[in-house]
Amino acid sequence: MNDSHETSPITPPITPPMIEVLLNGAAHQLASGSTVSSLLDQLPIEPTAVAVERNRQIVPRSLHSSTVIEVGDHLEVVTIVGGG
Amino acid sequence: MNTETTRETDTRPDPLVLGDRTFRSRLLVGTGKYSDHETMNAALAASGCEVVTVAIRRVDLSSEDNLLTHLDRDRYFLLPNTAGCFNAEDAIRVCHLSRELGLGDWVKLEVLGDKQTLLPDPIGTLDACKTLVAEGFKVLVYSSDDPVMALRLQDAGATSVMPAGSPIGSGQGILNRNNLAIILEQLDVPVIIDAGVGTASDVTIAMELGAEGVLLNTGIAGAQDPISMAHAMRHALDAGWYAARAGRIPRRRYAQASSPTEGVLGE
Repeated sequence: MNDSHETSPITPPITPPMIEVLLNGAAHQLASGSTVSSLLDQLPIEPTAVAVERNRQIVPRSLHSSTVIEVGDHLEVVTIVGGG
Repeated sequence: MNTETTRETDTRPDPLVLGDRTFRSRLLVGTGKYSDHETMNAALAASGCEVVTVAIRRVDLSSEDNLLTHLDRDRYFLLPNTAGCFNAEDAIRVCHLSRELGLGDWVKLEVLGDKQTLLPDPIGTLDACKTLVAEGFKVLVYSSDDPVMALRLQDAGATSVMPAGSPIGSGQGILNRNNLAIILEQLDVPVIIDAGVGTASDVTIAMELGAEGVLLNTGIAGAQDPISMAHAMRHALDAGWYAARAGRIPRRRYAQASSPTEGVLGE
């Protein structure tokens, strides 16, 4: 029933703009406005098993949900592994 | 039960006292290099250890597997190390992350000076030790077998000084008994021999010298049968601990008969 001559409206993307950060030394895209908590939620590891640094400063667990990640942030997410 | 019976049946060395903590085993075992978590846990159990060392690294973003889910925190005391750090700043940073991870204030400090020998950088180690002690950490510090350095680390407030028997993972055992004996004689803080153990007799030698404990990883994890080796290490440690307190006989050049020299037939 579409008229091939009719121009369909262009739907703007509803996804939020993305920003790029450095996560554990590699470029990583995430939604603008993401918090440390929302980043950790996307990772397969349990958030309770990690510690987070943002630009060389530790982000205490109590501040994960209120700390907004900004473009270009250097993030380190660490955990324990086997070692001597 | 009389004293003699107690001595015969009580086959465990005294517990290890470090700072304000008491540990039932004097063997401290690393969690690295095992083929799988099951082997690791079986070896840890066979070793009888209570303190296990762990490393802190970047999360593998593609894996949900995590060592924390494989270690029984009620059974083992996790001692995070600063392995892989080549300056004081990096080592202190790792200790801060460890604290944030909920591992507390106890750390095994190592600041390495050379990638091939993995020998410690004494200056970086001392600097990091001072800072961490001031920040309230309980620092168990990896050192070379230099007695002067060991004293400096004690003066810096280390909870334990942990000289290497030989280079990390080398399996060469105790290379300089004389230096270790001097360290053990001169230090007041507990001394734990930390590296180079290749087999059970190395642990016994360390304990016979008077060490308070032995920390090892590769000697067990790298053995063809890690569980048997863990078992061996446990008993070797106990053997050395008892021997060190039993008052060994002096070495003599010539034989001394064990049986009476009188009453031999035919005389």
